[in-house]
Amino acid sequence: MKPGTITLEVNGRLRSATAEPRLTLLDFLRYALHLTGTHMGCEHGVCGACTVMFDGSAVRSCLMYAFQAQGHQVTTVEGLCDGDGTPGRIQEAFQEAHGLQCGYCTPGMLISAFALLQSTPDPSDDEIREALGGNLCRCTGYAQIIDAVRLAAVSLKGAGG
Amino acid sequence: MSEPARRNLVHISRKRRVKEDKRFVSGTGCYVQDVVPPGTRHVAVLTSPYPRARIISIDWQKAAALDGVHAVVTGEELAARTAPLHQALNLPHVVWRPLAVAMVRYAGEWVVAVAAETEHIAEDALDLIEVEYEPLPAILDPEEAMAEDAPLVHPEHGSNILYRGVFTWGPVAEDFEAADHQLTFRARWGRSSTVPIETFGVLAWWREGTDTLDIWASIQMPKYAEQIASALGIPLNNVNVHHDVDVGGAYGVKRGIKHTVLAGYLSRKLGAPVRLIEDRLVNLAGGDAHGPDRIFDTEVAFTSDGIITSLKIRAIDDAGAYPGRGPYQLAKPITAITGPYRINSVRYEAISITSNKTGQVPVRGFGQAPTNYMLETAVDKVAQNLGMDRLEVRRRNFIRSDEFPYTIPSGTAYDSGDYHAVLEKVLDLATYDDLLERRDQRRADGVLAGVGIATCLEPSGGNTMFEHLMYPGAEITTFMEACQVRIDSQGAITAIMGTSSSGQGHETLVATILGEELERDPDDIRVIHASSREGLPTLAPVASRMAIMLGGAAAGAARKLRDQMIRIAAHNLEVPPTELEYSGGTVFARFDHAAKLSWREICFIAHNQSHKMPEGLEPGLQAIHVFQVPGGGKLPDDQNRVQLYPCFAFQAHIPFVEIDPGTGKVTIIAYFIAHDCGTIINPDIVRGMVIGGAAQGIGAALYEKFVYAPDGQFISGTFADYVLPSIFEIPYIEVTEHCTPSPLTSHGQKGTGEGGYLGAPAAIASAVNDALAPRGLSLHELPMRMADIEELLNGGDRI
Repeated sequence: MKPGTITLEVNGRLRSATAEPRLTLLDFLRYALHLTGTHMGCEHGVCGACTVMFDGSAVRSCLMYAFQAQGHQVTTVEGLCDGDGTPGRIQEAFQEAHGLQCGYCTPGMLISAFALLQSTPDPSDDEIREALGGNLCRCTGYAQIIDAVRLAAVSLKGAGG
Repeated sequence: MSEPARRNLVHISRKRRVKEDKRFVSGTGCYVQDVVPPGTRHVAVLTSPYPRARIISIDWQKAAALDGVHAVVTGEELAARTAPLHQALNLPHVVWRPLAVAMVRYAGEWVVAVAAETEHIAEDALDLIEVEYEPLPAILDPEEAMAEDAPLVHPEHGSNILYRGVFTWGPVAEDFEAADHQLTFRARWGRSSTVPIETFGVLAWWREGTDTLDIWASIQMPKYAEQIASALGIPLNNVNVHHDVDVGGAYGVKRGIKHTVLAGYLSRKLGAPVRLIEDRLVNLAGGDAHGPDRIFDTEVAFTSDGIITSLKIRAIDDAGAYPGRGPYQLAKPITAITGPYRINSVRYEAISITSNKTGQVPVRGFGQAPTNYMLETAVDKVAQNLGMDRLEVRRRNFIRSDEFPYTIPSGTAYDSGDYHAVLEKVLDLATYDDLLERRDQRRADGVLAGVGIATCLEPSGGNTMFEHLMYPGAEITTFMEACQVRIDSQGAITAIMGTSSSGQGHETLVATILGEELERDPDDIRVIHASSREGLPTLAPVASRMAIMLGGAAAGAARKLRDQMIRIAAHNLEVPPTELEYSGGTVFARFDHAAKLSWREICFIAHNQSHKMPEGLEPGLQAIHVFQVPGGGKLPDDQNRVQLYPCFAFQAHIPFVEIDPGTGKVTIIAYFIAHDCGTIINPDIVRGMVIGGAAQGIGAALYEKFVYAPDGQFISGTFADYVLPSIFEIPYIEVTEHCTPSPLTSHGQKGTGEGGYLGAPAAIASAVNDALAPRGLSLHELPMRMADIEELLNGGDRI
């Protein structure tokens, strides 16, 4: 199987790189585009560390081939930052609430929280659990993550969404 | 928190953002998987499909010929060029190597490794390797392993028993003789562990030009560099472990010795960087993953008043095929072998077994979680036996706050505590009486509902003296941690620590303590992780020790720097140091506040103006402090009594659960914790540690188990089979705190990294058994999975 060129929009920019057909979107983002914020946890779609936004939905980048992303839009954790790399509001909320420890599951958590807050600006605790149910965190026991998402919702509302 | 500990503290115990969090939320942390130098070769390993078999032949030529493959290495080649891996006990005939030689001893053991241009090519090459095996009967049950005729995992060792020792502390026979009552029970802790979301990974890069093996690894291992150097036969100063790698969770298990020796060997062989990243199957089946796997048989002697007077404990622990440091997890619990209770005497028999399972690695608490589960089960059983309230039995047996320092029969003195007060706090938090009423209402509705209660001591600060108890040859009495602090010519502070971190927030810890001591803003203090070769006398972030040990080292260095700054000021102001005051970095004459030198002025003098420096003081402002375990450094006496860990935190847990009588599914409705870790350095970090540890304990209690089929096949190789609790399983755990400062540490702090994990399994077991009690049922084996409970409830009548 020969490598081919993949072009897609990542974090608002058009990016191109060559990849083997069997390369996952996760590995493509990490090793072809050097966006190492997205992490590999299980490679079988359970842990959620590799979650990215794909055409507006949170998906597992370990369960997709890079070629399936040809021509599509992807947002990674780096894309939640402002243009100069300053953490965005959801990221700020995770810092403020210490909704993390080792940081390894954090990019996936942030993307899932981002997806939730886009569709549900004022989520209930049950809605937060539902949205983050596919993201395993081994450090926190989730309480401070729930605090962080609650805080992010307030912060985004304060900013006018 | 009580006021005395908080008084006068400006930064410590105050809300402060965790320094490390910014890079993690912005996706700019640097984990080992992010370190990929040009020309990196990728390693894949072929694993054994059999739990026990002879290797007849290995045909790897086709794999070596595959385009993009740079090396294929077998166990024989590696064994000829490296030394065996370090086993903690003295076991000369239990030989552990990264790749199997002649025989495989567990399903998942590494047999052949391939290094190739990409991970994909390396994995393709594995398919081209043919290994012929002669399968042999495997031994999987630790009690069967002890039988005379059991197949031997390591025939040259002559037995499957790696260690058997009996310790008697105090008048056990007399106490049992005098007791009003005795009871016996068996409790079993299943094979599980803390399983981080990041698997273990290493990048090793031998650089011939400088004779250096650079290593980046997701590591949490004391004496890692030493073990790598010994196995590869190179001087220790050729090994440079980079500790600025962010580690994606560790909780004890990230040891990585065999991975690193293999990668280091391949890097030297190929003259290229070599990367070995476990995939999840390799991680769960044969990486550093499996924790204690323990059977307790316990006898309890107690009075009619519920006073526990003596314990006889036998613990059989299945260390798996290659024990490494695992067996010592039987020894560490001696630190708190009687828990928070005034128990007069103890007999402790510890047995470590080898079997055809993956080797055991250290897990959060280093063996204390299973032991605490057994102890709390004993207390609940005493209460049940006497028809007494579970809380009352605990209150009667707790060491009282006026009895500290309190020395337990095995020789360790507990530093401080107020167990009664912490218990009352958790009862308040849980509104305990209302909770019992709620439980009883649910029971009246036909629901199986239960309230659990468990406490735990968290030995903290570390100390390797327990090794000596199991292996007298291990005369290691030093367990230090160091910190170096530099103040530059412009007044900025940089602290250097010597280990990597895996989410504990050590940079925040150091900056907060330095900020407190030097009266500077912790947010302006930079903390860096030196590599092993550039670093300091240090061990690792294990043993719930860093707040105590690294915190103590930082405080010590800061105090030395303050003294230096005062000396410079004294010299220039011509005022004796005893008449000077340090405030916010400025040094004043106590009786003439106009006579002063500012922080910037002192820093400038120290770096630039020899003519203004007092005699005998070196230019620059830097200090290193090596902190040693308080009360440590001693060998045991002739009764095997010794001071082990120095500080003792305490927690009390109350979960409320319901069990679906049809499916056996346990739902945790509410969960409350009160804890006392002395002075809290950072409230957010401590809360996260307590709750996160408890969540892992809930996993160990209800979901997580490494399962082997009867034929020895490993059947927990994915996260669909080895079930980690998600946000659906873990309730919003509520926490309150109490503060009994430690008299032994820089600011009264104790450890807090392990307590949640030590308390939760016992608490959940207590709650589940409370829920089962109306049916006359009980379960004393963890994990208590849905299927186990369903079988207990419904027996053979299942649909």
